[in-house]
Amino acid sequence: MQSSRQLPSSNDFNAGKLLAGLALLGVVGFLLVQGFLLLRDGNLPKLANAAVAIVWGVGGVAVLYYTLNLMVESLAQKTRMALQPFVFIGPAALILVWFFIIPTIRTAILSLYDRDGEIFIGIQNYITTFTDREMLLAVRNNLLWMVFGTTFCVGMGLLVAVLADRSRMENLVKSIIFLPMAISFVGAGVIWKFIFYYAPEGAPQIGLLNSIVTSFGGQPQAWLALIQPWNNLFLIVVLIWMQTGFCMVTFSAALKGVPEELIEAGRIDGASERRIFFGITIPYIQGTIVTVTTTILIFTLKIFDVVQAMTGGQFGTDVIGTQFYRQLFANRNLGAGSAIAVVLLVATIPIMVYNLRQMARQKTM
Amino acid sequence: MKQKTTSLSAQKRTGNVVLNIVLILICTVWIVPTVGLLVSSVRNRDAINTSGWWYVLPHREWVNTRTFDAPTGTADAPVTIEGATATFEQFRDGVTTGDGKRLKWEGNRRLGTIQVEELQWTMDTKFTLANYERVLAPTDARVKETLRDGSVVENSGEDIGPAFLNTITVAVPATIIPILIAAFAAYAFAWMNFPGRKLLFAGVVALLVVPLQTAMIPMLRDFVGLQINGTFLAVWLAHTTFGLPLATYLLYNYISQLPRETLEAASIDGASHFTTFLRLVLPLSVPALASFAIFQFIWVWNDYLVGLIFLGGAPSVRIITQRLVDMVGTRGADWHLLTAGAFISMLLPMAIFLGLQRFFVRGLLAGSVKG
Repeated sequence: MQSSRQLPSSNDFNAGKLLAGLALLGVVGFLLVQGFLLLRDGNLPKLANAAVAIVWGVGGVAVLYYTLNLMVESLAQKTRMALQPFVFIGPAALILVWFFIIPTIRTAILSLYDRDGEIFIGIQNYITTFTDREMLLAVRNNLLWMVFGTTFCVGMGLLVAVLADRSRMENLVKSIIFLPMAISFVGAGVIWKFIFYYAPEGAPQIGLLNSIVTSFGGQPQAWLALIQPWNNLFLIVVLIWMQTGFCMVTFSAALKGVPEELIEAGRIDGASERRIFFGITIPYIQGTIVTVTTTILIFTLKIFDVVQAMTGGQFGTDVIGTQFYRQLFANRNLGAGSAIAVVLLVATIPIMVYNLRQMARQKTM
Repeated sequence: MKQKTTSLSAQKRTGNVVLNIVLILICTVWIVPTVGLLVSSVRNRDAINTSGWWYVLPHREWVNTRTFDAPTGTADAPVTIEGATATFEQFRDGVTTGDGKRLKWEGNRRLGTIQVEELQWTMDTKFTLANYERVLAPTDARVKETLRDGSVVENSGEDIGPAFLNTITVAVPATIIPILIAAFAAYAFAWMNFPGRKLLFAGVVALLVVPLQTAMIPMLRDFVGLQINGTFLAVWLAHTTFGLPLATYLLYNYISQLPRETLEAASIDGASHFTTFLRLVLPLSVPALASFAIFQFIWVWNDYLVGLIFLGGAPSVRIITQRLVDMVGTRGADWHLLTAGAFISMLLPMAIFLGLQRFFVRGLLAGSVKG
């Protein structure tokens, strides 16, 4: 790069550039609005609509940045230095504040109002929520998800990571365990519903699980419907199948970071493999274990798709996520739905605080 | 001494064998569900409903080898056929003879045939793409299907194609827009000074764990107010919002680690922040951008809740996960259609995943492994 390319005029206010920017902003704004109306009201063929939508959405954002920057760069250096960061951070901040932070506060307020969000009723929604039998069942089930789901995902993930680390088939094993991560919960729901499929005794058992059970002389079971509360565990199996890959990959990377010298030193001191694992490896990857565990905990707290796709919350498999959805859409009760959302939020606060403290300690900023 | 090393290495070898067996077992358990889905999706309806998908593997089954007319004129007394003596009812259920054959009486008492069956190794390898044809065909199409008894029925298609297209329409902008916005923000957090920087970043970190349900209701009300609820715009905005904290955080981790000298050199050369970002930082961050792009794309593709709430259920905007849940609802036990539909919905993310696994994993790690 040549230093002579610096333009002397870039330090001063440049009215032409500002005007150009403003004009461009007008044009871009007009086009975006037109595109929006076209997308909202137009009857384009599917493929054309998709193409317009992609160009409109992605192009719109890019051009918006460009225009805003053009305007800021037309200003005198001092103003520009002060304003430019906000061009960069502005859209992100605007979206997060407008669509995430303010809505969170509004949800908290809404939870104190009645079903239409009009009459203030204090903490009545919370009282209803915590005395409703269905909701209490959902909370219990969510706890099952969090305890069993997290334990098995993290445990299996660690086990496979440790075993694969010593095997020559490492990459293949990791790919296989990891593959379900690419599948949607809805798709996985179909896969596992088929495995748990129940046909009456005597009929051909085309579900894998019942086929295995009957071939050992057992009775076919309606796994997802009948044996409450254990049917929740069959749903949790789907989560374990899907999320173990995430835990494994993360642990695997952490294990590769344990210094070989430390382990060698342990061996020279005559420590057994088990001793080395629990005395050196585990403490060394402790941070990763905490991160992975909290990630899965939050994931299980919010769980919705699997249950909705597989049982729709029937047969005593409701979770907080499906209750939220039902209050919002089936019952059209904004107040109760908001109260449930706030309960979810409060449950994540300890993890949030932990993360913030970690950030402060690491002084990444 | 020498003896000891041999026994140690022998021990190690046995350990390795055990280890690999355990791994193979775990991998089998993990891959079987997906294989079962794929295999089922290419078997015809009758085959799926009468035998498990594992019948495509070699197995022993009773196969008909000979058929002859049943003896007539017998009352309730036991009859002897081919050396086996039993009643009609027993023959109807199948009687196994001493030499490993099974005799089965088909038809009624007076007019029937005897099927002689033998246990043979067989594989059920009649595969078909008919399920896919039907799932993809428009609803007004008449898809012909031949049943086992030879009769032909016509079925309407499931028309999953538009849902596939809708998902692409949702997923592509919902991947690129948050990355673009997050990259700008990450650059500002890493290399610019402005009041409120720390507070804003703390906000990003805090939002990482906030459940999206928390923001959904007011967002929905705003979208209804703006008359954009049920449009792609609404769902892009929602995905952008929910993806932004993680995207910003991941890209910040990467962009803040770029060599300071390189960026300073550009600034001395008179490059503005915008130029530096566009010409230097973005190209240098391609690995991180690609990782997050893959991650977000798969996430959005597989999403069900956000699409359900902000797109609603109108057929014109329905995404593939919604379509699949609808099919589970309306075609509960039609496994030939459900498996084909599910596989179509998984095709793209699985292909991306298998092709770009390295990037995907790196993206995940950047977010979860500290250091």
